[in-house]
Formats: sequence, structure tokens, C-alpha cells
Amino acid sequence: MTVLDHRPTAPVPPWLPGATDPRTDPAPLLPDHTPVRVLGTPELAKHDPELLRDLYRRLVIGRRYNQQATTLTKQGRLAVYPSSTGQEACEVAAATVLRPQDWLFPSYRDTLAVVGRGVDPLAALTLLRGSAHTGYDPVATRTAPLCTPLATQAPHAVGLAHAARLRGEDVIALAMLGDGGTSEGDFHEALNFAAVLNAPVVFLVQNNGYAISVPLTKQSAAPSLAHKAVGYGLPGRLVDGNDVVAVHEVLSEAFDRARNGGGPTLVEALTYRLDAHTNADDATRYRVSAEVEAWREHDPVTLMERHLREAGVLDDALVARAAEQAEALAATMRAEFHAEPQLDPHSLFQHVYAEPTPQLREQADQLAAELAAEAGA
Amino acid sequence: MSTVTTEPSVRTSTMAQALNAALRDEMRADPTVHLLGEDVGTLGGVFRITDGLAAEFGADRCLDTPLAEAGILGTAVGMAMYGLRPVVEMQFDAFAYPAMEQLVSHVAKMRNRTAGKLALPITVRIPYGGGIGGVEHHSDSSESYYASTPGLHVVTPATVDDAYGLLRASIASDDPVIFLEPKRLYWSKAELNTAAATEPIGRAVLRRQGGSAVLITYGPSLPVCLEAAEAAKAEGWDLAVLDLRSLVPFDDATVAQVVRSVGRAVVVHESTGFGGVGAEIAARVTERCFHHLAAPVLRVTGFDIPFPPPMLEHHHLPGVDRILDAVAKLQWED
Ligand SMILES: Cc1ncc(C[n+]2csc(CCOP(=O)(O)OP(=O)(O)O)c2C)c(N)n1
Ligand SMILES: [Mg+2]
Repeated sequence: MTVLDHRPTAPVPPWLPGATDPRTDPAPLLPDHTPVRVLGTPELAKHDPELLRDLYRRLVIGRRYNQQATTLTKQGRLAVYPSSTGQEACEVAAATVLRPQDWLFPSYRDTLAVVGRGVDPLAALTLLRGSAHTGYDPVATRTAPLCTPLATQAPHAVGLAHAARLRGEDVIALAMLGDGGTSEGDFHEALNFAAVLNAPVVFLVQNNGYAISVPLTKQSAAPSLAHKAVGYGLPGRLVDGNDVVAVHEVLSEAFDRARNGGGPTLVEALTYRLDAHTNADDATRYRVSAEVEAWREHDPVTLMERHLREAGVLDDALVARAAEQAEALAATMRAEFHAEPQLDPHSLFQHVYAEPTPQLREQADQLAAELAAEAGA
Repeated sequence: MSTVTTEPSVRTSTMAQALNAALRDEMRADPTVHLLGEDVGTLGGVFRITDGLAAEFGADRCLDTPLAEAGILGTAVGMAMYGLRPVVEMQFDAFAYPAMEQLVSHVAKMRNRTAGKLALPITVRIPYGGGIGGVEHHSDSSESYYASTPGLHVVTPATVDDAYGLLRASIASDDPVIFLEPKRLYWSKAELNTAAATEPIGRAVLRRQGGSAVLITYGPSLPVCLEAAEAAKAEGWDLAVLDLRSLVPFDDATVAQVVRSVGRAVVVHESTGFGGVGAEIAARVTERCFHHLAAPVLRVTGFDIPFPPPMLEHHHLPGVDRILDAVAKLQWED
């Protein structure tokens, strides 16, 4: 029996009114009529208080991390920073559901998820600092390089999950991307491959309303991005992306499904980027402050704090401790990024191939001679 | 067909403003010119090249598309088939790659496949090259991919005047044009006289006279070559600098004439060397000027490596010293 034996052998029956076969009736693939929420609902009481406190702590640290990284761009210590301020709930939930053996396929906006799953902050940020492309070991950390060409990481996640399954290993791949990325062909091909291969992969789309300046209304005419799952035959879930408990819950369900052989899931998390696209962007050119202010009222960090305090899960001492930990991370980042990076010009020629070509050796010698001459001059 | 004539203007412009003016003037002159791309509407493009155009011409003429380069270019093909003249913006060099299939299989070949019945007057604008501290995938020089694809014109300005004139000529061309905009020159400034800045595609121009040797270059490397030529005076070399402006079609006549007159040539570009445009230029020069050459044609190019992280890019990009090192190797006798 191969892993692909899940495919039906009987011919697919024609669609009939009232049919529940997920391949003919879209309804079971779209279970959420409104975005899933937990905060502010009785559901919250069902969650483990320890998990809730941990999610809160991570949110506070994540917010501080975003602020510190943005400050570092102003000081010229980072070349660019695409902040996830306002989207911390998605970043934190993603980092939290991943088990050590799972793989993360992040986009450029997801350094917080990368750090959250244990990658050193300095190593996670070399790309955006400008000192090295990927500063961490993707194999050791089971975290693919931050991906900038939009949606191109999605098929990689499918392939990795498929390979793990072929090897009989319990590994899930989580691909993260934005609303704009869902327009790229690679995203659609990834969904289709994932469904056809029944791969244990989860796609988390952070719908923050914009692709740089382009609002979702110009991006997609679908009722929701979650709907895009249906045409490929996988479930599409819709969740309040600023409700960290809800995102955690929906992702956990998707992970359980994948682990139990149920195949891939697409999760659309509705959120908002409170900062500009990057420090180089001027968001006032394309959105009004009233919109930003409205979303500030639904800030993932304060939302969580308020509801956990109301539920009696959080007190002043825990809030203070989270703030302390956040400050400690910020201080580490400042110290590390204010030190000059170690740069080795000869690294340019390393790792282009397993063995440098004769031409690359020549070029490396040329640069070495130039640098020696410069040093002598 | 109604057209609006534009008053010629003379004013100090950045290259970015000159490109913007060229788009505006073409759109005023020809209602079939339509812009499409990511963030080109409300935002005016991430480099502001389309600033104000959606406001003047409306969203139909300056369209913020969904984020999909293959979709953008494929849609432009259909629009061109129905008589429009699309100008596509790719946001960055490396983000044009998803459109390669449309470009290579359709845009480049449609005229040939249809025995000339179907032309595609599409301009694909692509900001390219390094030198602006861009992170991974934001600094590629992809001109050799395009130049080696028959059916595509490949044009790249290095001055404010040419940015204006060549972009207008590219849009007016009935063939598809890959219009490569050197990012690091977007903010370079000069006086732009829109009436005088007309330049057909396909002509190289001598930017600096010189009798010792010629630096053959284009786009982002032109200012570096001019700087090198200035520095070379201290060494007693009088360097000419030739700006190709158009890689396809290639101006063999001008290039050969200049090389024959000076007898020594160095080709300079920041794109990688192996299999690059410089190899083609060196071969053509050698084929045409062998008996006039006092030394082999040398190349100064980026190394054969993926574009490095910003903090290391200055080691990769050809600079004045590397150019002068090459000039020193041109077999000078006392
Ligand atoms: C293939 C490709 N095209 C264009 C870009 C340029 N670009 C970078 S981010 C971005 C917007 C992405 O929006 P979205 O997917 O919603 O993610 P967000 O930035 O909102 O997190 C664009 C157009 C790119 N990185 N890759
Ligand atoms: Mg977005």
C-alpha cells in the first residue's frame, strides 16, 4: 500500500442536490461562516490557562521585537524591516503549533514566527540586516529560508511534506504567506498538488488587507481567500487573525487533520498590518488613518490581555514578567545589532557550488589580490 | 482617434521623473497606451515612476493588477492582440521571472509564429541592477536572459534624456521591448528638454572622447566608467566611453568604428560575466576589429555568483579600480 492509496477507486458520483461528498458539495470544505473567534466567547474557558498565558507572553515579546527591529532600521542597523506589528497573533500561533520535527516555510514578514520557533533573533535577521542571505541553519532549525519571491515557498512546503510522508515520518509543513501572494500561480499549484498528494501541509494566509498599496478588493473577487481551497478539494478555514487563541485552535485542528492522514488545509487569518509595508513605504498614500485606528481597537496584544484579565487567567505580576522578558530581548537585539557584523568578502565565492569552479577560484584570487593591494596602499 | 498634444518642457529632472514624463506624454499622445502592474495606480509604483498617472488617466489606463507577473504579462498579450499598447511594470528584476513563460513563449515569438500577422507592441519596464543596498532578489541584472531571446528588443538608458526618449520610442515600437531601468540611477539629475530628447532604439553613443582605449558599457555602469576615465588621466590614459543604450538591436557599426579608431577596448557591466552580454560584445568586436586591435578585448563584470547581500555588494560591482586594472592589462608598450 503506498501513501497515495487514499485516492478513491470508485468513479466520482455526479453532483446531487443535498450531497455531502466533499468533492461535489463545497459546503463541508468551508465550515466557517464567520471568522472563528475564541476571545470574548465562552469557548475561552475550555483552553488550558498555561497555554493562554504562554500565548500572551509571546505576544508581548513579539510586539517588542517588532518595535525594536523597526527602530533598528531607523538607526541604519537593519537594511529593511517588513514589520508584523498588528499580526503578532498569527506569528505567535504559527510558532506555537509547530512541533520540533515540523518544518516552517516563512515569508519575509515572518521573522517573528521564525524567532518564535527558536531561531536566534540575530540569525533570523541577517537577511534584513544585509549581512548574509540566510543566517540560520534551515536543516538544524527545520525552518526554510525567509522567502521573498511571493508564494514560491508554498510548493516547497508541499514537496517536503510529501517526502516526509513517503518516508513514513510524522512531519507537517507550515507555509506562511500574505493575501497578495494568493494571486501568484505558485500558490494555486501548491494547493492543487497538496490536495492531489494528500500532503500533510498547512497553508496560513495572513490576510492583512493589503499587498503593499493594493487592497484586497483589487486582489481577489472571491467571497474569501479561504474559498480558494474549495476548487482544489481541500478545506478552507476562516479565522480572526488577531485572536491568538482562535488562530492557535484552527491551526491545531489543521495540524491534527494532517497528522491523521486527512491532508492539507488552507487557513485564512483576517488581520491588519498596523505599520507600513516596510520602513521604506509610505502607507498614508493608500490608506486612511481612520482605518488604522479602527484596527488598533482590535490590537491582538491588548485584546488578549483584556480577555485574559477578565477571565482571571492573567494578573499584574504576569503582565510585568512578560514585559520584562520583552525588554530583555530588545536589549539583546540592541547589543547585538549595534556591534559591527563580521563580514568576509571571500564568502562571496563560497557555497555557489559544492566545489568552486576553476573560474570562481580565479575570481576569488582576483578579489583577494585587490583587497591586499587596497590594504597595502 | 483623439490625441492630446503635450507642451514640450525644459526642467531639471531625475531619471525617475523623466520616465514618468515619458509615460505621461505617451499616454496623452496615444489613447491605446495602457499601464498595468503591481502598485502602479494609487501608489504610483514603489519607485514612483507611475506617480500621478492613475489620477490623470483613470484606473483603466493605469491598472493596479492582482499580484501575479505571469498573469500581468499574459493579460498584456491579449490586450495587445486587441489593439492596445500595454506598458507593463515589473516591480523588481527578480520578480519578473514568473512571467518568463509568457515572455519567451509568446511575447518574443508571436510575430514570427503568425508570419507577421500579429505583432505585440508591449513594453516591459523592469527596474534592474544593484548598488541600492537591496536585500536578496532586489538587485539582479537579468539582461542576458532577455538579450538571448530572439524577438525581444532590449533597451537600457543611462541618462535622464535617454530615459525619456528611449522609453517613448520603446512604447511607440511595434515590437516588444524589454526596457531595463537602472535603479541606482533613478535619482540622478539633469536638465531634461522633452522636445529634444527623442532617441530611436538601436544607436550607441560616445559619451567621452579618448584616444587610448574605449570603455564599452551601458545602464548602471556608465557613471562608473566616466569616473574611471577621469581617474585614468592621472595614469596618462585618455579613455573613450561608449554607451550602448540598446543591447538588441546592437549597434555594430558605431562600436566597430570607435574600437578601430582607438585599438583597445574593455567591456564593463555589472551583470555576471559568464555567458553574459559582455561576452557577445567582446566576440563581435573581435570578429570585426581584429586587425585594428592592439590587445584582446577584456571584460570587467560582476563575479559569477548570486548577487551578494547589501553589505558585500561593493565587492561584487565593477568599480573604478577594477576598470583601471583591466585598462592596465591592455598590452601597453612604452
Ligand atoms: C514574485 C514577486 N512579485 C513581487 C514582489 C514584490 N512584493 C514584495 S511584498 C509584495 C506585496 C505582498 O503582499 P502580501 O502577499 O499581501 O503580503 P504582505 O506584504 O501584506 O505580508 C510585493 C508586491 C515579490 N516579492 N515577489
Ligand atoms: Mg498583505
